[in-house]
Amino acid sequence: MILGRAFEDMCAQMYYRGKMFGFVHLYNGQEAVSTGFIKLLKQQDSVVSTYRDHVHALSKGVPARAVMSELFGKTTGCCRGQGGSMHMFSREHNLLGGFAFIGEGIPVATGAAFTSKYKREVLKEADCDHVTLAFFGDGTCNNGQFFECLNMAALWKLPIVFVVENNLWAIGMSHLRATSDPQIYKKGPAFGMPGIHVDGMDVLKVREVAKDAIGRARRGEGPTLVECETYRFRGHSLADPDELRDPAEKAHYAARDPITALKKYLIENSLASEADLKAIDKKIDEVVEDAVEFADESPVPSQSQLLENVFADPKGFGIGPDGRYRCEDPKFTEGTAHV
Amino acid sequence: MLAIARQRMLGQSFKKILPAVSVLRSYSSAAKQITVREALNSALDEEMSADPKVFLMGEEVGEYQGAYKITKGLLEKYGPERVLDTPITEAGFTGIGVGAAYYGLKPVVEFMTFNFSMQAIDHIINSAAKSNYMSAGQISVPIVFRGPNGAAAGVGAQHSQCYAAWYASCPGLKVLSPYNSEDARGLLKAAIRDPDPVVFLENELLYGESFPVSDEVLDSSFCLPIGKAKIEREGKDVTITAFSKMVGYALKAAEMLEKDGIYAEVINLRSIRPLDRSTINASVRKTNRLITVEEGFPQHGVGAEICASVVEESFSYLDAPVERIAGADVPMPYAANLERMAVPQVEDIVRAAKRACYRSVPLAATA
Repeated sequence: MILGRAFEDMCAQMYYRGKMFGFVHLYNGQEAVSTGFIKLLKQQDSVVSTYRDHVHALSKGVPARAVMSELFGKTTGCCRGQGGSMHMFSREHNLLGGFAFIGEGIPVATGAAFTSKYKREVLKEADCDHVTLAFFGDGTCNNGQFFECLNMAALWKLPIVFVVENNLWAIGMSHLRATSDPQIYKKGPAFGMPGIHVDGMDVLKVREVAKDAIGRARRGEGPTLVECETYRFRGHSLADPDELRDPAEKAHYAARDPITALKKYLIENSLASEADLKAIDKKIDEVVEDAVEFADESPVPSQSQLLENVFADPKGFGIGPDGRYRCEDPKFTEGTAHV
Repeated sequence: MLAIARQRMLGQSFKKILPAVSVLRSYSSAAKQITVREALNSALDEEMSADPKVFLMGEEVGEYQGAYKITKGLLEKYGPERVLDTPITEAGFTGIGVGAAYYGLKPVVEFMTFNFSMQAIDHIINSAAKSNYMSAGQISVPIVFRGPNGAAAGVGAQHSQCYAAWYASCPGLKVLSPYNSEDARGLLKAAIRDPDPVVFLENELLYGESFPVSDEVLDSSFCLPIGKAKIEREGKDVTITAFSKMVGYALKAAEMLEKDGIYAEVINLRSIRPLDRSTINASVRKTNRLITVEEGFPQHGVGAEICASVVEESFSYLDAPVERIAGADVPMPYAANLERMAVPQVEDIVRAAKRACYRSVPLAATA
């Protein structure tokens, strides 16, 4: 959680210094949800997120250096600078994005969960029990794709957990102004899956609920809808002046900061001392500084990278009857199928 | 007398025409005939049996045997886990297909018609087409989106649009459009094996038409290259490019033109993206005149792209302005006579070819 917070604060600094550009959406305040859920996953489980995905990437295991370089648009980033803040992908860590359109990631996550079930039942990989987590916000819960996927996930009993990060605001639209029934967790049972509400500012509570939901999915009992009540301390993005939110509301949630709460818990229960916590803070600061230095020193993508990776197929001619790319066959006539 | 002799000679040489660009395919006159529907069904069947990661998903593909019976028999053969009847949720199930493809499966998503794909176009473009690029090659999306495209008969404005131009303008997608059974089999097999997202535009009115196919086409390892057009008929006076149903019209037009002494070269594009610019340009450099035919709306259409490509690469070879035949610039009307006027007909192609050859009057047969 500390890594998430320090990283996001550094992102804000770097943005105002001009090293980062475009749309940057920071996760301050919501760290408990990311840590609570993602730290329970195995490497083969997958996570699908939205544009507010830096901390999901970090929790899933993508190195801070790779994420920072990606934000700076350098070639050493996790997507070689081609994705950016909103499109973090990592094959190795099974982070399937990073989607800009809200609701876009939910069907993709449902598809990944579908694959897990297919691998087990059709391809007979008996030990395949991969779970998928789909993270999205309160605004998304009014979108058609959300309901379509709740239906299909429950219908086909897919191993997925739908995690709603309800931070009460969709840019400047308050959840209460946009939703006929603001209690999102109630929408789960309407589709035949359990709907659970949890305090998203308390990482230990989130973890308890997450264990249950992920366990359910892993055992093949089907999907769960978890609504985490949380709050973002900063605006929607770094371009958002954040004028509509009531300062009293912000103060209320700032008092429930998940990091301070956990620190207090650890000290009160003698699980760690002040010195230990300070050492963690310091270590994280070093990690983040190192990430920034690495990103600064990394090269920008070369010009040839512009046209690379449009297709997996190198020249776009498809695969021949022998199973190899046709362009590798020396007898295939050259053409201008430039991609 | 001479005209008849010339016609007979051409009639014989027509049977021996070998397409210049694809490797070795010829129409054998004593070949088996299969419908486009059978071709697609057999292609799906063979690819599903060859690779257990291939699965079908769409509305009515299973128990109903396919809205147009393309997936007939596949549910019985492969079971409900591999042939999935989905609820009416284009955006949802397309996204599910894309997510499954991210993770290594090979979905074939059927749209009942491509008009319905507009509800899912966000997933086709943003999650499928752009992903390999956004993830710098980490996540490839081996998915096929298939279904009937373009006008059918009397189905009205919301069921008749041609989407070739829309999808072909997007980098990261491959867009294929078969004409006959050989194309249907070869291109669908290539699409399913392909590691990239492919939009496969079929045509409802062609499903029931039979075409001759050689034994090679019926072999289960047969597949056609993507990005390569086929010269269906060679000629020397004017080039006509077309795809899908319009290839049939262009061939009929070419026969009619031949009676007037104009020998048209008909190119079946097969692949709208990547477009086979080299074949088209080579043909234009030979004939010096070009007509593009498509069923879709004219503005920003496939013909516009072909014209731009030819102007960029072969401008000095053009002897006449490029003619663009497309559907009328209106939503498709319902009344049968209006619908006929809204879609290109064989006579339109013939007239355009004659305009391009500066021969509005039929030429008297001279040796």
